[in-house]
Amino acid sequence: MKKVYKIEVDCAVCANKIQEAMSKVEGVNSVTINFMTQKMIIDIDDASFDETLKRAYKVAKKVESDFQIIE
Amino acid sequence: MSKKLKKRLIRIIISLVVFIPLFVVDLLIGLDSFIDDPKISWLIPFLSFLLIYLFISYDILIKAFKNIIHGQIFDENFLMIIATIGAFCIQEFPEAVAVMLLYQIGEFFQDLAVGKSRKSIAELMDIRPDFASLVKDNGEIEVVDPELIEIGNIIRVKPGERIPLDGVIVSGDSSLDMKALTGESLPVDVEKGNEVLSGAINLTSTIDIKVSKTFSDSTVNKILELVENASNVKSKQENFITKFAKYYTPIVVISAILLVVIGWAINGHIEVWVARALNFLVVSCPCAIVISVPLSFFASIGKAAKLGILIKGSLYLENFNKAKTFVFDKTGTLTKGNFVVKSIVPEDKKEEILKNAYICENQSSHPIALSIKAMYQGKEDLDYKITNVPGKGVIAKKDKDTIYCGNHKLLDEYGFNYPLIDEAGTVVYVCKNKDYLGYILIKDEIKEDAYELISYFNKQNIKTIMLTGDNEKCAKEVQEALKLSSYKSSLLPQEKVSEIEQIFINKEKNELIAYVGDGINDAPTLARADIGISMGGVGSDAAIEASDIVLMHDNLSSLLKAKQIAKKTIRIVKENIWFAILVKVAILILSAFGIANIWIAIFGDVGVALLCVLNALRCGRVKKE
Repeated sequence: MKKVYKIEVDCAVCANKIQEAMSKVEGVNSVTINFMTQKMIIDIDDASFDETLKRAYKVAKKVESDFQIIE
Repeated sequence: MSKKLKKRLIRIIISLVVFIPLFVVDLLIGLDSFIDDPKISWLIPFLSFLLIYLFISYDILIKAFKNIIHGQIFDENFLMIIATIGAFCIQEFPEAVAVMLLYQIGEFFQDLAVGKSRKSIAELMDIRPDFASLVKDNGEIEVVDPELIEIGNIIRVKPGERIPLDGVIVSGDSSLDMKALTGESLPVDVEKGNEVLSGAINLTSTIDIKVSKTFSDSTVNKILELVENASNVKSKQENFITKFAKYYTPIVVISAILLVVIGWAINGHIEVWVARALNFLVVSCPCAIVISVPLSFFASIGKAAKLGILIKGSLYLENFNKAKTFVFDKTGTLTKGNFVVKSIVPEDKKEEILKNAYICENQSSHPIALSIKAMYQGKEDLDYKITNVPGKGVIAKKDKDTIYCGNHKLLDEYGFNYPLIDEAGTVVYVCKNKDYLGYILIKDEIKEDAYELISYFNKQNIKTIMLTGDNEKCAKEVQEALKLSSYKSSLLPQEKVSEIEQIFINKEKNELIAYVGDGINDAPTLARADIGISMGGVGSDAAIEASDIVLMHDNLSSLLKAKQIAKKTIRIVKENIWFAILVKVAILILSAFGIANIWIAIFGDVGVALLCVLNALRCGRVKKE
């Protein structure tokens, strides 16, 4: 399932780094971090959506502590 | 300005207020002159500068610390810290503080500029309706979220409100401001029975609309989705800088280490080499390009959207600029697609010919018939029996009179004696009973702005090819009038795709082909071309789906504008990439030889980034007319 989230990410370089790190998380089919629109489009299998998203978020936080998913 | 930014600004100002006097005093009399003992005289400057340093950089220190724990050694913050701590170690206290201070100032302005432009572009594109007024069966109005409205519901739109969903007017008439959709500022008059599109603003009076599409299928949502996703389709330049950023920082950091090791081995003055290597760390962030390139594309796509040009991704903007061959559909693209009576021959029988043609054609809605109807002013006895002869024309009968109106095949069939007319355009012959009366010449008109566009393309050495289903004569006339490079005539719709295939086979390896069509019958061609451009795309899902660039308005001047935007964007992007790389490399080389000091290095970092961002913002600027 594809979902769009509003996010907060401070710099363009960080956005690229986060995107790369998150896309390596198991269960994440694809992820796009858009610095300009401050949006994240993430594709995760339905069955484990919430759990995978949590793991991916943790990974992103490690790469860039300022990263935030707003809604 | 956000709260976060405001806090940063206050911190910067406080630091500056304390730092500048201290720096001046240090420069003039030297802070170390207060203590006579040379062993501890450095303590006063060290401590005072350290305090300011900690105040201005505590957030960076924390971030760097966190990132190091997570194994991010090439983190920008960490490298800044190393560079400044290094400066402290070699007793360049004011320099260390200044580097951090300027870094923070640069970052602040950069964030401010980016944030501001992002917001203003987002606002421009924000044509999302907030609510819909649902008219319930009992006549009451309920204000609801547009997403909750179902097909067939009636909604009411008051003057000044935005139409939330696509539909058909069931009562009332008004005029609409379609600027957000087409970029066209002239209001459009609508009345009962007209289809209206979401995103338009109702101007004059209240209208009730029967909803024909759900919110997610409505025009406004389609446009928003398209523009928001546009920056996800990355251009080659964007992919290049992502790669560049990945390797640039590690390479610079490793060279800095090598510089110290090798320099030390050669002449032993380690502090000299450390000072030079610190410059490397200061310019080790590729921020300038990493931020300015996507910003340029984003700003351009936003600006284009405002002008009624939807670009589906940075890649298409880039390719559009590169395309050296433009293939055009004729009818509806280069020409208006509305046919007009050009002449009636012979002149002295004009009224009679037109009247008889009108009798035959008045029930038809064919474009040819419409042009005849538009030309004829009088009212006519319409009590004729009309017979259609498919592919040939129309026969009208009443009492003893029979009128024939059609092409030469019709006249041949009925054995008339007539002169065969060979002119560009559609010839409609008119005969009555046994006599040939004359003919009407009907022509499509070339769009006024087509001349400007094609002459611009010719100046840029861009090949222009026209494909049309019309006959040779017609095609040639348009080609000569517009000075197109070449044309293909008498093509059936499916032949257009094979014609495009042919162009693809003959093209050079890296050449890109753009196809411009009205999106009605040419979806396969739009999809096949490198850049498919459809015109007048409002409300046509198939066209929006199949093309890479959608011109919401069907005039060619927006195509010209799009081309100019693409050109400017790519130029700015290239300027930024080259400027940033050249300045940084130059500073690296000068630093290695000890010519550039840390002040120049800090310019190479934040100064360049700021200049690039400002340059990128030019993409979004709309010239005042």
